[in-house]
Amino acid sequence: MTVILNQSFTGISIGAVLLLIALGLTLTFGQMGVINMAHGEFIMAGAYTTYVLQKSISSAGVSLLVALPVAFLVAGAMGVLLEWLLIRRLYTRPLDTLLVTWGVSLMLQQLARDIFGAPNVQTHAPDLLTGNISLGGGITLANSRLFILGLALLSVLALTLILKLTPLGRRIRAVVQNRDLAEVSGIATERVDRTTFFIGSGLAGVAGVALTLVGPIGPTMGTNYIVDAFLVVVVGGIGQLKGSVITAFALGVLQSVLEYSTTVSVAKVIVLVAIVAFLQWRPQGLYTLRTRSLA
Amino acid sequence: MSGLSISRRGLLAGISAAGASAALSACGAKTGSDTSSDSAAKADTSGSTVKVGLLNSLSGTMAISEVTVHNALLLAIKEINAAGGVLGKKLKAVSQDGASDWPTFAEKAEALIKDDKVAATFGCWTSASRKAVKPVFERYKSLLFYPVQYEGLEQSPYIFYIGATTNQQIVPALDYLKKQGLTKLYLVGSDYVFPRTANKEIQAYAKAKGMTVVGEDYAPLGSTEFGTIVNKVKDSGADAVFNTLNGDSNVAFFKEYKSSGLTAKSMPVLSVSIAEEEVKSIGTQYLEDQLTAWNYYQTTPGAANTKFVAAYQAEYGKDKPTSDPMEAAYISVYLWKEMVEKAGSFDVAKVKAASDGITLDAPEGKVTVDGATQHVYKTARIGTVGADGLITEVWNSGKPIKPDPYLKGYDWASGLS
Repeated sequence: MTVILNQSFTGISIGAVLLLIALGLTLTFGQMGVINMAHGEFIMAGAYTTYVLQKSISSAGVSLLVALPVAFLVAGAMGVLLEWLLIRRLYTRPLDTLLVTWGVSLMLQQLARDIFGAPNVQTHAPDLLTGNISLGGGITLANSRLFILGLALLSVLALTLILKLTPLGRRIRAVVQNRDLAEVSGIATERVDRTTFFIGSGLAGVAGVALTLVGPIGPTMGTNYIVDAFLVVVVGGIGQLKGSVITAFALGVLQSVLEYSTTVSVAKVIVLVAIVAFLQWRPQGLYTLRTRSLA
Repeated sequence: MSGLSISRRGLLAGISAAGASAALSACGAKTGSDTSSDSAAKADTSGSTVKVGLLNSLSGTMAISEVTVHNALLLAIKEINAAGGVLGKKLKAVSQDGASDWPTFAEKAEALIKDDKVAATFGCWTSASRKAVKPVFERYKSLLFYPVQYEGLEQSPYIFYIGATTNQQIVPALDYLKKQGLTKLYLVGSDYVFPRTANKEIQAYAKAKGMTVVGEDYAPLGSTEFGTIVNKVKDSGADAVFNTLNGDSNVAFFKEYKSSGLTAKSMPVLSVSIAEEEVKSIGTQYLEDQLTAWNYYQTTPGAANTKFVAAYQAEYGKDKPTSDPMEAAYISVYLWKEMVEKAGSFDVAKVKAASDGITLDAPEGKVTVDGATQHVYKTARIGTVGADGLITEVWNSGKPIKPDPYLKGYDWASGLS
């Protein structure tokens, strides 16, 4: 029983990390259809932001809290710059976007290497987050994992509220559902695109801050996560927030349960096989956006 | 709806194409195909200087460790030159970047031997890079001095192994754990040749000596998700963890270990790939009081080490730690110098013949070259990580241990290799 509970919590915390890194992608890839291979480097930018802030703010706790909004802005600004310079010229050529952003991703990695050096760096977690809560009976919940879980859920909530309740959210949804009609209705679709990209990239930055609590910060950290992020979005159903949420937690729990009974590598293989099988059965993913479009 | 009309197949094909081209560019480097007769490349020792090759990863994922080794090698060469060189000739270091990519290592090794005509080469870190360059050095009959502890079960006539082999690091570490009454072990390692081989040896040892291995898990190199492995470790009832993780995975592993409530008191972790440099980057808050096994620490007493640490810090900065592989790299140049001077020649065959019995008062203590195995007698040392990030010795083997790369002198190891 203890094992099951501890493993479920591990699974949920893996799911929370997956959710955080995939959340921004549900906007930029899911809603806008942009395959941004540099998304992982926005995660990296968020992580390095935390590192830089910790150098100037001595208190680990304060610097972590400050890092959340700052990383959002830094990664968001990078996203807007990328959108404005390159991606908006390639909206009708998705595969070219893939190659271009992949090139950008390599350049950003080299840039990070030149600025921060090739070796990976570390941040110090605040003492509060290095401990754990014991629920008795051998069940322990790591504080850092609870923090990431809370952050992921908060981000989902905020994103949902923005999309459902604000004028901006309505405009984003309108552009996603029918760009031409939105445009003739007087919506500045270009500006909506840029804002969407800003939020999506900013969320990657927030994910980067969370990841500093889990592992090292390095130029290639983003590439380790980008494939998983795309998997979550594709399985969840492109453009579907709830699909991504369910998928992230399902994959996390599946991974941790399999890992417990087999090994890390075998578990990864089984999860991938399961995803392939699932997409054969439901190629459109868990949820689909119903539209009248023929596409 | 242009955005949503991308077919999933097209998208996945695109992503995998991007991935595949990355993989291709990594393996694209050629491994040196010029087999212009197996002529032993003649080292050029005619001038007033002699070239020596330094082959380390100065970029890529291994740069964190290998740059420090490179620095230690340069320091040794500088010191030797200041003292008059070798056989009256000054050494000239030729650095090549292996770029953390094994085929590149082989290519650069060939360049050093053929184009630069170096008298000897110093470097390599991972066993994978060593195995990649081994055929090159054997084909050209040129010498490589390898400075890192490794998994044993290898003996090339053209490699001098200056780091520890298994019986000088892992076996003494197991002896130490057994003596402490920590007999139930959990093995955690990275998924590649060194941890897999080392754990096979540990399993054999445990079986013969009444210890139990309660679990064995591998994570892919670079993995940062250790929640499940730490849960398994915690539930296993083990007395101690034997850690052969390499590189950054250690950071994630120890963060998870600490936040799950495990400590050096409740279940100590003995690591064989964490030295002073790595302690600094993982963070002492996660490693304090945990065990390591090496042959040298920055705190190892002795005049030779005081001099080495002072010289290194004067050259590269006051806050720079020294570590076991750095020390091994540093002494490897001196050992080669002694061999050359004893042979009276830079000729590879003569240097090899002169190697047996070469002794040095090294920072790690007395070391002696064993000519038969081309390994080195080394003292095993177990240490604990202190709050200042330095490692303090808690036990040593008392005298240098004879290298035994194939573990021939150990009955329990008869089924290995």
